Amino acid sequence: MVKIRQSTIIDAPIDHVWSILRDFNGHDRWHPAIASSEIEGGEPVDAIGSVRDFKLGDGSRLREQLLALSDDQTTLTYCLLEAPLPLMGYVATIRLKPVTDGERTYWEWHCEFNPPPERRDELTRLVSEQIYRAGFAAIRQRLARGTPVARAEAPLSRTDSSAPNGSASARAPSQGAVSAATANGASTRAIVVEEHGGPEVMRMRDIALPDPGPGEVQIRHTVIGVNFIDVYCRTGYFDLLKPPGVPGMEAAGIIEAVGSDVSDYRVGDRVAYACPPVGAYAERRNMAPDLLVHLSDDISDETAASSLLKGVAASFLLHEVYPVKAGDTVLVHAAAGGIGQFLVQWAKHLGATVIATVSTDDKARVATARGADHVVVYSRDSFAEAVMRLTGGRGANVVYDAVGKDTFADSLAALAVRGHLVSFGQASGPVGDWDIGRFASKSVTVSRPNYGHFTDTSEKLAIHVDRFFGALRQGVVSIDPPTRYRLDEAQQAHRDLEARRTTGALVLTV
Amino acid sequence: MTKVYVSTVIPAPAASVWQVVRDFNGLPGWTPFVAESRIEQGAKSDQVGCIRNFRLKDGGVIRERLLALSDYDLSCSYAILESPMAVENYIATLSLTPVTDGNATFAEWQADFDCPPERESALVQQIGSGVFQTAFNALKQRFGR
Repeated sequence: MVKIRQSTIIDAPIDHVWSILRDFNGHDRWHPAIASSEIEGGEPVDAIGSVRDFKLGDGSRLREQLLALSDDQTTLTYCLLEAPLPLMGYVATIRLKPVTDGERTYWEWHCEFNPPPERRDELTRLVSEQIYRAGFAAIRQRLARGTPVARAEAPLSRTDSSAPNGSASARAPSQGAVSAATANGASTRAIVVEEHGGPEVMRMRDIALPDPGPGEVQIRHTVIGVNFIDVYCRTGYFDLLKPPGVPGMEAAGIIEAVGSDVSDYRVGDRVAYACPPVGAYAERRNMAPDLLVHLSDDISDETAASSLLKGVAASFLLHEVYPVKAGDTVLVHAAAGGIGQFLVQWAKHLGATVIATVSTDDKARVATARGADHVVVYSRDSFAEAVMRLTGGRGANVVYDAVGKDTFADSLAALAVRGHLVSFGQASGPVGDWDIGRFASKSVTVSRPNYGHFTDTSEKLAIHVDRFFGALRQGVVSIDPPTRYRLDEAQQAHRDLEARRTTGALVLTV
Repeated sequence: MTKVYVSTVIPAPAASVWQVVRDFNGLPGWTPFVAESRIEQGAKSDQVGCIRNFRLKDGGVIRERLLALSDYDLSCSYAILESPMAVENYIATLSLTPVTDGNATFAEWQADFDCPPERESALVQQIGSGVFQTAFNALKQRFGR
């Protein structure tokens, strides 16, 4: 019997590393030896007993079976069923442990197997180096590059205060690219992400700002919205900003110059926007005006810059993704967050009974103040049970869930027959793979709306902007003043946002 | 039952770190907060069941019984018999694991205990950062970082 044990330290938090390694079918996306992989019979990747059938770069085929998986112990054990090499009785375990002083992870990979004696050394070396150590190196390199861990099609919000993501590819031609200011050209001050990384990679710089080209306007920003998606652009978790580039997708300001072929906007117009491409963390920028919003006198720049993205999202979530009706029971997770507060207030106005979930007692008070009929602190009580109790066993007609992994299963359990689960974020991590056959037990609808698909033309956007500003004017939704930072304090704004030291919106002022 | 878990990476081979922490009577030699220590009744310090009686620099006296010591797993478990901390059923384990990639040591220190609920957060803080992390920091410094 050969026993192998290899271990390493990875410079990333354990949740991050585990989210990659836990996916039993995900190894073809990170391990250099694996060309392709699929789970037999379409079983969920975390179903114990599922079998992954995969191919190596040389075309050889292997099958391995998942024997044990523990999110509590962060361990995964599997055995080899079929392989082109005599790794007889091969059973392996991946185990992660947190390094508590510093956001690092201890990763151990061990196995045992019975090789033919004459191939013992060769096979030991192959497993240690080409499988385990190569795997360590690949994960380390991948995390250093900041490649998104979530699958590309699921770039979504992660915190209470974030909005659904922007459309990742539809309209991001410039990616906020910058060129240095030159002596004789015009320039603007901007926050530049020099490379993907922590808040410290954002520096204030003078960058070139040419006159607006055909079909472009130049905007002088007054207030810039700070959203969690900006953090993901900075770290590289989302592929929306290629360094060096200027982050930011929400702002308000004044048109200062207009290029040729622009008819709807004039110098002096007050405007706001909440859309890609990135580039809002700047005193001025040029952009196509398709998705600009004209601001009327009763909407301040600060209100627009701090609420447009969240308000537009709340509008399509409540009116298009699932149109809330009087008498509905609506469950809103993270109800004290930016979008959550809008959803609570607005759903109440539409005549629904609103059950809110929050993580702390302080946030419970916020949700109550916004009008929630019932508030559940989900770290303490089971919200699925609470919903069933409060609805006499019927369940919720709709659940708005941006928390993701931690709540998804119970959100399904909290639904009424023919209920609708709107999954629009993953603050606690990806929801994982689900067998949709199970949804038949209650005829469940699950949807995964993407901000971009509801707002990528001026016609689509206008419906939500008008509806949201109307709701603001009528007092249907109200917002607290945002926390203000100067543009050159963008680093601090990101630190505070990531540490969740703030409640409500954050803005940069120019 | 309250649990405290602290872990770190020490830039030295596990065998070297184990030489230092293995001695159940050796706290004054590697932690900054223990003034003196003795093993009761003249027992050997690696005799499972022995009791160490040590005095902290702040004057507090603690008695702990060695429950398990493994030169194979590089781990050591002990229970508090007497201490000024007002904890019950306190059992702690210090264990080392070699990190094969880089010749370092992954060190873990875990304690489980019972205490009055209102004391819990203060004790978690005191044990986790005041004792375990402080001792780990001393080890990290000793081995060069």
